[in-house]
Amino acid sequence: MSTLFPLRVRGAGTRRRGKQLVGPINMTWDGGGTRVVLGPNGSGKTTLLRLLHGIARLHDGEVIWASGTKAAQNAQAFVFQRPVMLRRSVVENLMYPLRLRSVSTGQARQKAEDWAVKVGLADHIDRSAPVLSGGEQQKLAIARALIGEPELVFLDEPTASLDGRATREIEAILNDAVASGTRVIIATHDMGQARRLAKDVVFLLHGRVHEESPADTFFDAPQTPEARAFLNGDIVE
Amino acid sequence: MVDLWQGLSQAFWLVVTLDAELAEIALRSLQVTFTALALGCLIAMPLAALLAVRRFRWRRTVIAVLNALMGLPPVVVGLVVYVLLSRSGPLGVLGLLFTPTAMIIAQMIVIVPLMASIAHQSLRDLWAEYHDLLISMNVTQSQKIKTLLWDARRALLTAALAGFGRGIGEVGAIMIVGGNIDHVTRVLTTAIALETGKGEFALALALGFVLIALTILVNLLIHWLGQTEREGRW
Ligand SMILES: Nc1ncnc2c1ncn2[C@@H]1O[C@H](COP(=O)(O)OP(=O)(O)OP(=O)(O)O)[C@@H](O)[C@H]1O
Ligand SMILES: [Mg+2]
Repeated sequence: MSTLFPLRVRGAGTRRRGKQLVGPINMTWDGGGTRVVLGPNGSGKTTLLRLLHGIARLHDGEVIWASGTKAAQNAQAFVFQRPVMLRRSVVENLMYPLRLRSVSTGQARQKAEDWAVKVGLADHIDRSAPVLSGGEQQKLAIARALIGEPELVFLDEPTASLDGRATREIEAILNDAVASGTRVIIATHDMGQARRLAKDVVFLLHGRVHEESPADTFFDAPQTPEARAFLNGDIVE
Repeated sequence: MVDLWQGLSQAFWLVVTLDAELAEIALRSLQVTFTALALGCLIAMPLAALLAVRRFRWRRTVIAVLNALMGLPPVVVGLVVYVLLSRSGPLGVLGLLFTPTAMIIAQMIVIVPLMASIAHQSLRDLWAEYHDLLISMNVTQSQKIKTLLWDARRALLTAALAGFGRGIGEVGAIMIVGGNIDHVTRVLTTAIALETGKGEFALALALGFVLIALTILVNLLIHWLGQTEREGRW
């Protein structure tokens, strides 16, 4: 059903003023189920997601989506580590991606209100988005990403600022989305969440894929000492 | 001091008696400046947005020039427009010299760089905030510009108010291209200059107070219009 997969990444890398931020990255993804990106701070999770989505400059190698790059980006949505709020009301934030695709105002509004209810923002619908709390902003950003029914959604630590209950709510929403055919790739520091969501795991270290394996394998029998140390909460060198 | 009091009381009487001549030149002031403002905004705001979102070769230069033009002396603007519009000038056939249209053109040239510079600063900040999201959503150039202009509308209002203030109080340019002709191109500022020259200080002051009152009134009105949204951090 999805036209994006398989995804093939060959020697992809990005630099900044000559310094290699990530790469060379090699991986493939058939898009079956949720993929979790793990790794210590600064290991390149955010940069990898941006690279795949096409909003970070690809200096080396290639990122090949089955559908082609342009079509791929249109079929994807991205939730940033620090949510970007449009200076508009909650409902207008939700309507924005729909209005970009010329969905009529009435339909867009209806759908936006449904999503506001889904993420627990129904009471805040007419408030301006930038004054919401951090957690509320994150929920809004997730709803705004999913409202356009993307084939794939990138989530960069989406629940880092949410409490336990909100985290579970978001995970439930993600599971719904997955059930209806959306694929998810998520970077997280929450190991519980990683275990709950992951079908497979990419473990990054120093800007490279250090381990890429099915979730069961990764959590129960990690292949490398670094991954083992990371899972134990030890310092990874 | 006597002149000041006389001016105030004369202004008071001119206003309460709805002096016909005063009303005429005050209205012309507003008409000229509002027209220049409206047309100027149509140029300044999209230009500012374009400069914020678009990377092209001469972008920095254009911004620097725009900033420099903020301090453009109105007299010089008036002079240049005069030369362009005068009968022997390149646009002489239009016959615009000494008409309100000429004054509107001159005022636009004075206020567009000011408004564009102020607007550009806030639009640039907003673009930095929105950049990743809008790029991720694959928005077109025109959608970007529309989004920025709409979401920065309060800041743009401030830019427009600055333009209005500069326009309504401006005298050098419109004096030259308008000629301060009674019943044709006389506005508040040129009338003040004229009365001052004639030694009619009280009348000049009276006109001055009316000008200030008008400016404050318009500012309050526009601010009030901008306050209609209840909540906002922008
Ligand atoms: N724009 C940039 N300019 C310079 N260095 C950058 C830039 N973006 C990222 N980096 C560097 O690249 C490396 C990877 O950063 P990235 O944000 O991808 O890490 P991360 O795994 O997402 O970390 P975290 O868990 O803290 O979010 C870091 O060392 C970071 O400092
Ligand atoms: Mg990150």
